[in-house]
Amino acid sequence: MTAFRQLVHRDLTIAWKEGGTIGVTLGFYLIVVAMLPLSLGPDLNLLSRIAAGVLWVALLLAALLSLGRMFETDLEDGSLDVLATGPLAMEGVVAAKGLAHWLATGVPLAVLAPVLGLLLNLPVETYGPLVATMLAGTPAISFLGAIGAALTLRTRRGGLLLALLMLPLFVPTLIFGIAAVSASGTEPGAFTSPFLILAAISLAAVALAPFAAAAALRFQLR
Amino acid sequence: MQTLTQRLANPTRFMALSATLLPWLSVIAGLLIAVGLYMAFAAPPDYQQGHSAKIMYVHVPSAWLAMFGYLHVAGSSFGYLVFRHPLADVSAKTAAPIGALFTLLCLVTGSLWGKPMWGAFWAWDPRLTSVLILFFLYLGLIALRSSIEDESLAASLTAVLAVVGIVILPIIRFSVDWNSIHQQPSVSRLGSPAIHASLLAPLLVMAVGMSVLFIALHLKAMRNEVLRRRVKALRLAEVQAAGGLMQQPAE
Amino acid sequence: MDLGPYAGFILAAYAIVALALSAFVVWLVFDGRRQQRLIDELEARGVRRRSIRKTDGG
Repeated sequence: MTAFRQLVHRDLTIAWKEGGTIGVTLGFYLIVVAMLPLSLGPDLNLLSRIAAGVLWVALLLAALLSLGRMFETDLEDGSLDVLATGPLAMEGVVAAKGLAHWLATGVPLAVLAPVLGLLLNLPVETYGPLVATMLAGTPAISFLGAIGAALTLRTRRGGLLLALLMLPLFVPTLIFGIAAVSASGTEPGAFTSPFLILAAISLAAVALAPFAAAAALRFQLR
Repeated sequence: MQTLTQRLANPTRFMALSATLLPWLSVIAGLLIAVGLYMAFAAPPDYQQGHSAKIMYVHVPSAWLAMFGYLHVAGSSFGYLVFRHPLADVSAKTAAPIGALFTLLCLVTGSLWGKPMWGAFWAWDPRLTSVLILFFLYLGLIALRSSIEDESLAASLTAVLAVVGIVILPIIRFSVDWNSIHQQPSVSRLGSPAIHASLLAPLLVMAVGMSVLFIALHLKAMRNEVLRRRVKALRLAEVQAAGGLMQQPAE
Repeated sequence: MDLGPYAGFILAAYAIVALALSAFVVWLVFDGRRQQRLIDELEARGVRRRSIRKTDGG
Protein backbone atom coordinates (compact mmCIF):
# COMPACT_ATOMS: atom_id res chain seq x y z
CA MET A 1 0.00 0.00 0.00
CA THR A 2 2.82 2.39 0.84
CA ALA A 3 4.40 1.98 -2.55
CA PHE A 4 1.05 2.79 -4.12
CA ARG A 5 0.61 5.91 -2.06
CA GLN A 6 4.15 6.99 -2.69
CA LEU A 7 3.66 6.69 -6.42
CA VAL A 8 0.44 8.70 -6.34
CA HIS A 9 2.12 11.33 -4.21
CA ARG A 10 5.11 11.47 -6.54
CA ASP A 11 2.96 11.90 -9.63
CA LEU A 12 0.86 14.58 -8.00
CA THR A 13 3.98 16.43 -6.87
CA ILE A 14 5.40 16.34 -10.37
CA ALA A 15 2.12 17.55 -11.82
CA TRP A 16 1.96 20.35 -9.28
CA LYS A 17 5.57 21.46 -9.63
CA GLU A 18 5.61 21.18 -13.36
CA GLY A 19 2.39 23.13 -13.65
CA GLY A 20 2.74 23.05 -17.39
CA THR A 21 0.49 20.14 -18.17
CA ILE A 22 -2.41 21.17 -16.00
CA GLY A 23 -2.08 24.70 -17.25
CA VAL A 24 -2.22 23.63 -20.88
CA THR A 25 -5.13 21.33 -20.15
CA LEU A 26 -7.16 24.02 -18.45
CA GLY A 27 -6.19 26.50 -21.12
CA PHE A 28 -7.38 24.15 -23.82
CA TYR A 29 -10.62 23.62 -21.93
CA LEU A 30 -11.16 27.35 -21.80
CA ILE A 31 -10.34 27.89 -25.45
CA VAL A 32 -12.68 25.19 -26.73
CA VAL A 33 -15.52 26.47 -24.59
CA ALA A 34 -14.88 30.07 -25.58
CA MET A 35 -14.70 29.28 -29.27
CA LEU A 36 -18.17 27.78 -29.42
CA PRO A 37 -20.15 30.98 -28.89
CA LEU A 38 -17.79 32.73 -31.27
CA SER A 39 -18.66 30.24 -33.96
CA LEU A 40 -22.31 29.69 -33.16
CA GLY A 41 -23.29 33.22 -32.40
CA PRO A 42 -24.42 34.70 -29.13
CA ASP A 43 -27.91 33.24 -29.04
CA LEU A 44 -28.15 32.49 -25.32
CA ASN A 45 -31.00 30.06 -25.67
CA LEU A 46 -29.12 27.92 -28.13
CA LEU A 47 -26.00 28.04 -26.01
CA SER A 48 -27.76 27.01 -22.85
CA ARG A 49 -29.23 24.00 -24.62
CA ILE A 50 -25.89 22.75 -25.79
CA ALA A 51 -23.81 23.92 -22.84
CA ALA A 52 -23.65 20.63 -20.98
CA GLY A 53 -22.69 18.74 -24.11
CA VAL A 54 -20.02 21.24 -25.06
CA LEU A 55 -18.51 21.18 -21.59
CA TRP A 56 -18.39 17.39 -21.59
CA VAL A 57 -16.77 17.20 -25.02
CA ALA A 58 -14.29 19.92 -24.13
CA LEU A 59 -13.43 17.97 -20.99
CA LEU A 60 -12.77 14.84 -23.03
CA LEU A 61 -10.54 16.71 -25.46
CA ALA A 62 -8.63 18.41 -22.69
CA ALA A 63 -8.14 15.09 -20.90
CA LEU A 64 -6.91 13.57 -24.14
CA LEU A 65 -4.12 16.15 -24.22
CA SER A 66 -2.70 15.07 -20.90
CA LEU A 67 -3.23 11.33 -21.31
CA GLY A 68 -0.53 10.84 -23.90
CA ARG A 69 2.12 11.83 -21.40
CA MET A 70 1.02 9.48 -18.65
CA PHE A 71 3.86 7.04 -19.14
CA GLU A 72 6.05 8.94 -21.53
CA THR A 73 8.17 10.91 -19.10
CA ASP A 74 8.70 7.82 -16.98
CA LEU A 75 9.80 5.88 -20.01
CA GLU A 76 12.19 8.62 -21.07
CA ASP A 77 14.01 8.91 -17.78
CA GLY A 78 14.02 5.20 -17.10
CA SER A 79 11.76 5.24 -14.09
CA LEU A 80 9.26 3.02 -15.87
CA ASP A 81 11.78 0.20 -15.87
CA VAL A 82 12.40 0.80 -12.17
CA LEU A 83 8.69 0.75 -11.46
CA ALA A 84 8.30 -2.44 -13.45
CA THR A 85 10.80 -4.26 -11.28
CA GLY A 86 9.74 -2.59 -8.05
CA PRO A 87 7.60 -3.85 -5.16
CA LEU A 88 4.35 -2.66 -6.71
CA ALA A 89 2.78 -4.88 -9.37
CA MET A 90 2.44 -3.29 -12.78
CA GLU A 91 -1.32 -3.18 -12.35
CA GLY A 92 -0.79 -1.24 -9.14
CA VAL A 93 1.54 1.14 -10.94
CA VAL A 94 -1.10 1.80 -13.56
CA ALA A 95 -3.77 2.25 -10.91
CA ALA A 96 -1.60 4.71 -9.02
CA LYS A 97 -0.87 6.72 -12.14
CA GLY A 98 -4.53 6.60 -13.12
CA LEU A 99 -5.57 7.90 -9.73
CA ALA A 100 -2.95 10.64 -9.88
CA HIS A 101 -4.12 11.63 -13.33
CA TRP A 102 -7.71 11.80 -12.17
CA LEU A 103 -6.79 13.93 -9.17
CA ALA A 104 -4.55 16.21 -11.19
CA THR A 105 -6.66 16.55 -14.32
CA GLY A 106 -10.15 15.08 -14.03
CA VAL A 107 -11.15 16.68 -10.78
CA PRO A 108 -9.97 20.21 -11.62
CA LEU A 109 -11.69 20.07 -15.00
CA ALA A 110 -14.90 18.84 -13.39
CA VAL A 111 -14.84 21.47 -10.68
CA LEU A 112 -14.13 24.26 -13.15
CA ALA A 113 -16.99 23.28 -15.45
CA PRO A 114 -19.59 25.55 -13.81
CA VAL A 115 -17.23 28.50 -14.12
CA LEU A 116 -16.87 27.86 -17.82
CA GLY A 117 -20.58 27.19 -17.90
CA LEU A 118 -21.06 30.87 -17.28
CA LEU A 119 -19.67 31.52 -20.73
CA LEU A 120 -22.29 29.22 -22.20
CA ASN A 121 -25.27 30.34 -20.19
CA LEU A 122 -25.48 26.93 -18.55
CA PRO A 123 -28.76 26.71 -16.63
CA VAL A 124 -28.09 27.15 -12.92
CA GLU A 125 -29.98 24.08 -11.81
CA THR A 126 -27.70 21.87 -13.91
CA TYR A 127 -24.52 23.03 -12.17
CA GLY A 128 -24.78 20.40 -9.46
CA PRO A 129 -25.67 17.46 -11.71
CA LEU A 130 -23.01 18.48 -14.22
CA VAL A 131 -20.20 18.50 -11.67
CA ALA A 132 -21.50 15.29 -10.15
CA THR A 133 -21.55 13.50 -13.49
CA MET A 134 -18.12 14.79 -14.38
CA LEU A 135 -16.66 13.68 -11.07
CA ALA A 136 -18.28 10.28 -11.55
CA GLY A 137 -17.22 9.94 -15.17
CA THR A 138 -13.65 11.24 -15.17
CA PRO A 139 -12.21 8.17 -13.40
CA ALA A 140 -13.26 6.16 -16.45
CA ILE A 141 -11.50 8.68 -18.66
CA SER A 142 -8.28 8.51 -16.68
CA PHE A 143 -8.24 4.74 -16.38
CA LEU A 144 -9.38 3.91 -19.90
CA GLY A 145 -6.97 6.58 -21.04
CA ALA A 146 -4.19 4.67 -19.33
CA ILE A 147 -4.82 1.79 -21.70
CA GLY A 148 -4.54 4.10 -24.68
CA ALA A 149 -1.44 5.73 -23.26
CA ALA A 150 0.20 2.35 -22.68
CA LEU A 151 -0.60 1.16 -26.20
CA THR A 152 0.64 4.30 -27.94
CA LEU A 153 3.80 4.70 -25.91
CA ARG A 154 6.73 5.30 -28.20
CA THR A 155 4.70 5.16 -31.40
CA ARG A 156 5.12 8.01 -33.81
CA ARG A 157 1.98 10.13 -34.24
CA GLY A 158 1.10 8.83 -30.80
CA GLY A 159 -1.25 11.67 -30.01
CA LEU A 160 -3.35 11.29 -33.11
CA LEU A 161 -3.50 7.54 -32.70
CA LEU A 162 -4.46 7.97 -29.07
CA ALA A 163 -7.43 10.13 -29.99
CA LEU A 164 -8.62 7.52 -32.49
CA LEU A 165 -8.29 4.74 -29.93
CA MET A 166 -9.98 6.63 -27.12
CA LEU A 167 -13.05 7.77 -29.00
CA PRO A 168 -14.94 4.44 -28.85
CA LEU A 169 -13.83 3.92 -25.27
CA PHE A 170 -15.16 7.30 -24.14
CA VAL A 171 -18.56 6.98 -25.81
CA PRO A 172 -20.42 5.21 -22.97
CA THR A 173 -19.15 7.68 -20.36
CA LEU A 174 -20.08 10.61 -22.56
CA ILE A 175 -23.54 9.30 -23.33
CA PHE A 176 -24.49 8.57 -19.75
CA GLY A 177 -22.86 11.73 -18.48
CA ILE A 178 -24.97 13.87 -20.78
CA ALA A 179 -28.06 11.73 -20.25
CA ALA A 180 -27.83 12.23 -16.50
CA VAL A 181 -27.49 15.98 -16.83
CA SER A 182 -30.40 16.20 -19.26
CA ALA A 183 -32.53 13.94 -17.10
CA SER A 184 -31.92 16.10 -14.05
CA GLY A 185 -33.99 18.82 -15.67
CA THR A 186 -37.03 16.60 -16.02
CA GLU A 187 -38.67 14.58 -13.25
CA PRO A 188 -36.81 14.28 -9.94
CA GLY A 189 -35.94 10.60 -10.09
CA ALA A 190 -34.73 10.54 -13.69
CA PHE A 191 -31.18 11.56 -12.82
CA THR A 192 -30.46 8.47 -10.79
CA SER A 193 -30.38 5.65 -13.29
CA PRO A 194 -28.06 7.17 -15.90
CA PHE A 195 -25.88 8.47 -13.10
CA LEU A 196 -25.60 5.07 -11.52
CA ILE A 197 -24.75 3.50 -14.86
CA LEU A 198 -22.11 6.19 -15.36
CA ALA A 199 -20.64 5.42 -11.97
CA ALA A 200 -20.73 1.69 -12.70
CA ILE A 201 -18.82 2.22 -15.92
CA SER A 202 -16.18 4.19 -14.04
CA LEU A 203 -15.90 1.52 -11.38
CA ALA A 204 -15.53 -1.17 -14.01
CA ALA A 205 -12.86 0.89 -15.74
CA VAL A 206 -10.97 1.42 -12.49
CA ALA A 207 -11.13 -2.29 -11.74
CA LEU A 208 -10.31 -3.71 -15.17
CA ALA A 209 -8.30 -1.15 -17.14
CA PRO A 210 -5.11 -1.61 -15.08
CA PHE A 211 -4.87 -5.20 -16.27
CA ALA A 212 -5.03 -4.27 -19.94
CA ALA A 213 -2.68 -1.31 -19.52
CA ALA A 214 -0.21 -3.34 -17.48
CA ALA A 215 -0.18 -6.08 -20.10
CA ALA A 216 0.53 -3.48 -22.77
CA LEU A 217 3.31 -1.91 -20.69
CA ARG A 218 4.95 -5.27 -20.11
CA PHE A 219 5.03 -5.89 -23.85
CA GLN A 220 6.46 -2.42 -24.40
CA LEU A 221 9.24 -2.90 -21.91
CA ARG A 222 10.51 -6.22 -23.23
CA MET B 1 8.10 -33.62 -29.67
CA GLN B 2 5.41 -31.18 -30.65
CA THR B 3 2.30 -30.33 -28.70
CA LEU B 4 -1.05 -30.24 -30.44
CA THR B 5 -0.89 -26.48 -30.56
CA GLN B 6 2.46 -26.53 -32.27
CA ARG B 7 1.25 -29.02 -34.81
CA LEU B 8 -1.90 -27.03 -35.61
CA ALA B 9 0.15 -23.85 -35.76
CA ASN B 10 2.39 -25.30 -38.41
CA PRO B 11 2.28 -22.80 -41.27
CA THR B 12 3.08 -25.44 -43.85
CA ARG B 13 0.09 -27.50 -42.87
CA PHE B 14 -2.05 -24.38 -42.92
CA MET B 15 -0.86 -23.53 -46.42
CA ALA B 16 -1.63 -27.02 -47.66
CA LEU B 17 -5.06 -27.09 -46.02
CA SER B 18 -6.06 -23.64 -47.20
CA ALA B 19 -4.90 -24.40 -50.73
CA THR B 20 -7.41 -27.24 -50.91
CA LEU B 21 -10.23 -25.35 -49.23
CA LEU B 22 -9.98 -22.06 -51.06
CA PRO B 23 -11.25 -23.08 -54.51
CA TRP B 24 -14.26 -24.82 -52.99
CA LEU B 25 -15.10 -21.90 -50.75
CA SER B 26 -14.79 -19.46 -53.62
CA VAL B 27 -17.11 -21.47 -55.83
CA ILE B 28 -19.68 -21.95 -53.08
CA ALA B 29 -19.58 -18.25 -52.25
CA GLY B 30 -19.94 -17.30 -55.90
CA LEU B 31 -22.88 -19.60 -56.45
CA LEU B 32 -24.71 -18.57 -53.32
CA ILE B 33 -24.25 -14.88 -54.07
CA ALA B 34 -25.36 -15.36 -57.66
CA VAL B 35 -28.49 -17.18 -56.53
CA GLY B 36 -29.06 -14.61 -53.82
CA LEU B 37 -28.81 -11.76 -56.29
CA TYR B 38 -31.27 -13.41 -58.60
CA MET B 39 -33.71 -13.99 -55.76
CA ALA B 40 -33.21 -10.42 -54.57
CA PHE B 41 -34.17 -8.89 -57.85
CA ALA B 42 -36.99 -11.36 -58.44
CA ALA B 43 -38.53 -10.51 -55.07
CA PRO B 44 -41.72 -8.45 -54.98
CA PRO B 45 -41.51 -4.84 -53.83
CA ASP B 46 -42.02 -4.18 -50.14
CA TYR B 47 -45.41 -2.63 -49.44
CA GLN B 48 -43.81 0.22 -47.51
CA GLN B 49 -40.50 0.85 -49.18
CA GLY B 50 -40.98 -0.39 -52.68
CA HIS B 51 -37.90 -1.78 -54.28
CA SER B 52 -35.46 0.20 -52.16
CA ALA B 53 -35.83 -2.51 -49.52
CA LYS B 54 -33.62 -4.55 -51.84
CA ILE B 55 -30.64 -2.65 -50.49
CA MET B 56 -31.24 -4.65 -47.33
CA TYR B 57 -29.86 -7.71 -49.11
CA VAL B 58 -26.37 -6.25 -49.17
CA HIS B 59 -26.69 -3.97 -46.17
CA VAL B 60 -27.74 -6.50 -43.54
CA PRO B 61 -25.16 -9.16 -44.45
CA SER B 62 -22.49 -6.44 -44.40
CA ALA B 63 -23.62 -5.49 -40.91
CA TRP B 64 -23.46 -9.08 -39.72
CA LEU B 65 -20.03 -9.54 -41.25
CA ALA B 66 -18.82 -6.31 -39.65
CA MET B 67 -19.67 -7.84 -36.28
CA PHE B 68 -18.51 -11.31 -37.25
CA GLY B 69 -15.24 -9.86 -38.47
CA TYR B 70 -14.57 -8.20 -35.15
CA LEU B 71 -15.34 -11.38 -33.27
CA HIS B 72 -12.81 -13.03 -35.54
CA VAL B 73 -10.17 -10.44 -34.74
CA ALA B 74 -10.88 -10.57 -31.03
CA GLY B 75 -10.91 -14.36 -30.93
CA SER B 76 -7.64 -14.64 -32.86
CA SER B 77 -6.10 -11.96 -30.66
CA PHE B 78 -7.14 -13.78 -27.54
CA GLY B 79 -5.66 -16.95 -28.99
CA TYR B 80 -2.43 -15.11 -29.68
CA LEU B 81 -2.19 -13.67 -26.19
CA VAL B 82 -2.92 -16.95 -24.48
CA PHE B 83 -1.33 -19.54 -26.76
CA ARG B 84 1.22 -17.52 -28.68
CA HIS B 85 0.04 -19.22 -31.90
CA PRO B 86 1.96 -17.49 -34.70
CA LEU B 87 -0.97 -18.10 -37.02
CA ALA B 88 -3.32 -16.47 -34.53
CA ASP B 89 -1.58 -13.18 -35.15
CA VAL B 90 -1.75 -13.74 -38.91
CA SER B 91 -5.47 -14.38 -38.52
CA ALA B 92 -6.03 -11.25 -36.43
CA LYS B 93 -3.93 -9.06 -38.67
CA THR B 94 -5.70 -10.10 -41.86
CA ALA B 95 -9.24 -10.18 -40.47
CA ALA B 96 -9.16 -6.54 -39.41
CA PRO B 97 -9.03 -4.90 -42.86
CA ILE B 98 -11.68 -7.29 -44.19
CA GLY B 99 -13.96 -6.53 -41.27
CA ALA B 100 -13.31 -2.84 -41.74
CA LEU B 101 -14.24 -3.13 -45.40
CA PHE B 102 -17.58 -4.75 -44.61
CA THR B 103 -18.20 -2.15 -41.93
CA LEU B 104 -17.61 0.59 -44.46
CA LEU B 105 -19.89 -1.13 -46.96
CA CYS B 106 -22.53 -1.39 -44.24
CA LEU B 107 -22.29 2.32 -43.57
CA VAL B 108 -22.39 3.25 -47.25
CA THR B 109 -25.29 0.96 -48.16
CA GLY B 110 -27.07 2.02 -44.99
CA SER B 111 -26.67 5.61 -46.04
CA LEU B 112 -28.01 4.86 -49.53
CA TRP B 113 -30.93 3.04 -47.96
CA GLY B 114 -31.51 5.82 -45.52
CA LYS B 115 -32.11 8.46 -48.15
CA PRO B 116 -35.21 6.79 -49.63
CA MET B 117 -36.35 5.50 -46.25
CA TRP B 118 -35.92 8.47 -43.93
CA GLY B 119 -35.04 11.22 -46.35
CA ALA B 120 -31.55 11.67 -44.96
CA PHE B 121 -28.20 10.12 -45.77
CA TRP B 122 -27.37 9.71 -42.12
CA ALA B 123 -29.27 9.40 -38.87
CA TRP B 124 -27.94 8.87 -35.41
CA ASP B 125 -30.05 5.82 -34.76
CA PRO B 126 -28.53 3.21 -32.46
CA ARG B 127 -27.56 0.71 -35.10
CA LEU B 128 -25.82 3.09 -37.45
CA THR B 129 -24.10 4.82 -34.53
CA SER B 130 -22.80 1.51 -33.17
CA VAL B 131 -21.54 0.51 -36.58
CA LEU B 132 -19.78 3.85 -36.95
CA ILE B 133 -18.01 3.34 -33.64
CA LEU B 134 -17.17 -0.22 -34.65
CA PHE B 135 -15.55 1.29 -37.72
CA PHE B 136 -13.41 3.48 -35.47
CA LEU B 137 -12.39 0.43 -33.49
CA TYR B 138 -11.25 -1.27 -36.69
CA LEU B 139 -9.38 1.83 -37.82
CA GLY B 140 -7.70 2.00 -34.43
CA LEU B 141 -6.52 -1.60 -34.76
CA ILE B 142 -5.14 -1.07 -38.23
CA ALA B 143 -3.54 2.26 -37.31
CA LEU B 144 -1.94 0.88 -34.16
CA ARG B 145 -0.44 -2.06 -35.99
CA SER B 146 0.93 0.07 -38.78
CA SER B 147 2.53 2.54 -36.38
CA ILE B 148 4.71 -0.05 -34.65
CA GLU B 149 7.70 -1.32 -36.55
CA ASP B 150 8.57 -4.33 -34.44
CA GLU B 151 6.26 -7.05 -35.75
CA SER B 152 6.12 -8.98 -32.52
CA LEU B 153 5.35 -5.91 -30.40
CA ALA B 154 2.73 -4.80 -32.91
CA ALA B 155 1.10 -8.21 -32.69
CA SER B 156 0.95 -8.16 -28.89
CA LEU B 157 -0.31 -4.60 -28.52
CA THR B 158 -2.90 -4.95 -31.27
CA ALA B 159 -4.10 -8.11 -29.58
CA VAL B 160 -4.57 -6.25 -26.30
CA LEU B 161 -6.50 -3.52 -28.08
CA ALA B 162 -8.72 -6.07 -29.83
CA VAL B 163 -9.61 -7.76 -26.54
CA VAL B 164 -10.32 -4.40 -24.88
CA GLY B 165 -12.52 -3.54 -27.84
CA ILE B 166 -14.62 -6.67 -27.65
CA VAL B 167 -15.28 -5.98 -23.97
CA ILE B 168 -16.23 -2.37 -24.67
CA LEU B 169 -18.41 -3.18 -27.67
CA PRO B 170 -21.51 -4.45 -25.79
CA ILE B 171 -21.25 -1.50 -23.43
CA ILE B 172 -21.16 0.90 -26.35
CA ARG B 173 -24.14 -0.81 -27.92
CA PHE B 174 -26.00 -0.66 -24.63
CA SER B 175 -25.27 3.01 -24.14
CA VAL B 176 -26.25 3.95 -27.68
CA ASP B 177 -29.50 1.99 -27.41
CA TRP B 178 -30.24 3.53 -24.03
CA ASN B 179 -29.58 6.95 -25.43
CA SER B 180 -32.00 6.55 -28.29
CA ILE B 181 -34.79 5.25 -26.09
CA HIS B 182 -34.50 7.97 -23.50
CA GLN B 183 -33.44 10.92 -25.55
CA GLN B 184 -35.50 10.86 -28.70
CA PRO B 185 -38.93 9.38 -28.23
CA SER B 186 -40.14 11.19 -31.30
CA VAL B 187 -37.75 9.55 -33.75
CA SER B 188 -39.66 7.77 -36.47
CA ARG B 189 -39.68 4.03 -36.27
CA LEU B 190 -36.40 3.08 -37.78
CA GLY B 191 -36.56 -0.48 -36.63
CA SER B 192 -36.68 -3.23 -39.19
CA PRO B 193 -40.24 -3.83 -40.31
CA ALA B 194 -41.52 -7.37 -40.09
CA ILE B 195 -40.08 -9.11 -43.11
CA HIS B 196 -42.32 -11.30 -45.18
CA ALA B 197 -41.06 -14.80 -45.95
CA SER B 198 -40.63 -14.17 -49.65
CA LEU B 199 -38.36 -11.28 -48.81
CA LEU B 200 -36.50 -13.23 -46.13
CA ALA B 201 -35.20 -16.07 -48.26
CA PRO B 202 -32.95 -13.94 -50.50
CA LEU B 203 -31.57 -12.32 -47.36
CA LEU B 204 -30.54 -15.64 -45.87
CA VAL B 205 -28.96 -16.80 -49.09
CA MET B 206 -27.03 -13.55 -49.45
CA ALA B 207 -25.99 -13.67 -45.82
CA VAL B 208 -24.62 -17.19 -46.06
CA GLY B 209 -23.00 -16.48 -49.42
CA MET B 210 -21.27 -13.36 -48.17
CA SER B 211 -20.16 -15.14 -45.01
CA VAL B 212 -18.52 -17.86 -47.06
CA LEU B 213 -16.95 -15.09 -49.13
CA PHE B 214 -15.57 -13.55 -45.95
CA ILE B 215 -13.99 -16.83 -44.95
CA ALA B 216 -12.51 -17.27 -48.41
CA LEU B 217 -11.12 -13.72 -48.41
CA HIS B 218 -9.70 -14.24 -44.96
CA LEU B 219 -8.02 -17.51 -45.85
CA LYS B 220 -6.50 -15.99 -48.96
CA ALA B 221 -5.29 -12.97 -47.00
CA MET B 222 -3.79 -15.27 -44.38
CA ARG B 223 -1.96 -17.20 -47.09
CA ASN B 224 -0.57 -13.95 -48.46
CA GLU B 225 0.55 -12.88 -45.02
CA VAL B 226 2.30 -16.20 -44.41
CA LEU B 227 4.10 -15.74 -47.71
CA ARG B 228 4.93 -12.15 -46.83
CA ARG B 229 6.53 -13.23 -43.57
CA ARG B 230 8.44 -15.90 -45.40
CA VAL B 231 9.80 -13.26 -47.76
CA LYS B 232 10.86 -11.21 -44.78
CA ALA B 233 12.62 -14.17 -43.17
CA LEU B 234 14.36 -15.05 -46.42
CA ARG B 235 15.53 -11.49 -46.92
CA LEU B 236 16.81 -11.42 -43.38
CA ALA B 237 18.65 -14.71 -43.92
CA GLU B 238 20.17 -13.32 -47.10
CA VAL B 239 21.41 -10.21 -45.34
CA GLN B 240 22.86 -12.27 -42.55
CA ALA B 241 24.55 -14.65 -44.92
CA ALA B 242 26.00 -11.69 -46.81
CA GLY B 243 27.11 -10.25 -43.48
CA GLY B 244 29.30 -13.28 -43.32
CA LEU B 245 30.70 -14.51 -40.06
CA MET B 246 28.95 -12.14 -37.68
CA GLN B 247 26.01 -14.05 -36.27
CA GLN B 248 23.42 -11.52 -35.23
CA PRO B 249 20.21 -12.48 -33.46
CA ALA B 250 17.09 -12.02 -35.55
CA GLU B 251 15.49 -8.71 -34.54
CA MET C 1 -37.20 -4.03 -64.74
CA ASP C 2 -38.61 -0.98 -63.09
CA LEU C 3 -37.10 -0.52 -59.66
CA GLY C 4 -39.17 2.48 -58.76
CA PRO C 5 -38.15 6.06 -58.05
CA TYR C 6 -35.10 5.08 -56.04
CA ALA C 7 -33.56 2.83 -58.64
CA GLY C 8 -30.42 4.94 -58.60
CA PHE C 9 -29.85 4.30 -54.91
CA ILE C 10 -30.45 0.58 -55.23
CA LEU C 11 -28.13 0.18 -58.16
CA ALA C 12 -25.51 2.40 -56.55
CA ALA C 13 -25.56 0.29 -53.41
CA TYR C 14 -25.13 -2.97 -55.28
CA ALA C 15 -22.54 -1.51 -57.62
CA ILE C 16 -20.41 -0.18 -54.75
CA VAL C 17 -20.51 -3.50 -52.94
CA ALA C 18 -19.68 -5.45 -56.09
CA LEU C 19 -16.89 -3.06 -57.01
CA ALA C 20 -15.31 -3.00 -53.57
CA LEU C 21 -15.37 -6.76 -53.15
CA SER C 22 -14.10 -7.44 -56.66
CA ALA C 23 -11.29 -4.95 -56.24
CA PHE C 24 -10.34 -6.61 -52.99
CA VAL C 25 -10.31 -10.06 -54.56
CA VAL C 26 -8.13 -8.79 -57.41
CA TRP C 27 -5.74 -7.20 -54.96
CA LEU C 28 -5.50 -10.39 -52.93
CA VAL C 29 -4.72 -12.44 -56.01
CA PHE C 30 -2.07 -10.03 -57.24
CA ASP C 31 -0.52 -9.66 -53.81
CA GLY C 32 -0.32 -13.41 -53.44
CA ARG C 33 1.39 -13.78 -56.78
CA ARG C 34 3.82 -11.01 -55.94
CA GLN C 35 4.84 -12.63 -52.66
CA GLN C 36 5.25 -16.01 -54.32
CA ARG C 37 7.39 -14.45 -57.02
CA LEU C 38 9.60 -12.80 -54.40
CA ILE C 39 10.01 -16.13 -52.62
CA ASP C 40 10.90 -17.89 -55.86
CA GLU C 41 13.47 -15.22 -56.67
CA LEU C 42 15.04 -15.40 -53.24
CA GLU C 43 15.17 -19.17 -53.23
CA ALA C 44 16.62 -19.19 -56.72
CA ARG C 45 19.46 -17.07 -55.37
CA GLY C 46 20.17 -19.88 -53.01
CA VAL C 47 18.85 -18.29 -49.84
CA ARG C 48 17.79 -20.93 -47.41
CA ARG C 49 15.40 -20.37 -44.56
CA ARG C 50 16.41 -21.85 -41.26
CA SER C 51 14.34 -24.98 -40.94
CA ILE C 52 12.56 -23.95 -37.76
CA ARG C 53 11.60 -20.32 -37.91
CA LYS C 54 12.22 -19.06 -34.42
CA THR C 55 9.80 -16.38 -33.32
CA ASP C 56 11.81 -13.82 -31.44
CA GLY C 57 11.22 -12.90 -27.83
CA GLY C 58 7.48 -12.62 -27.79
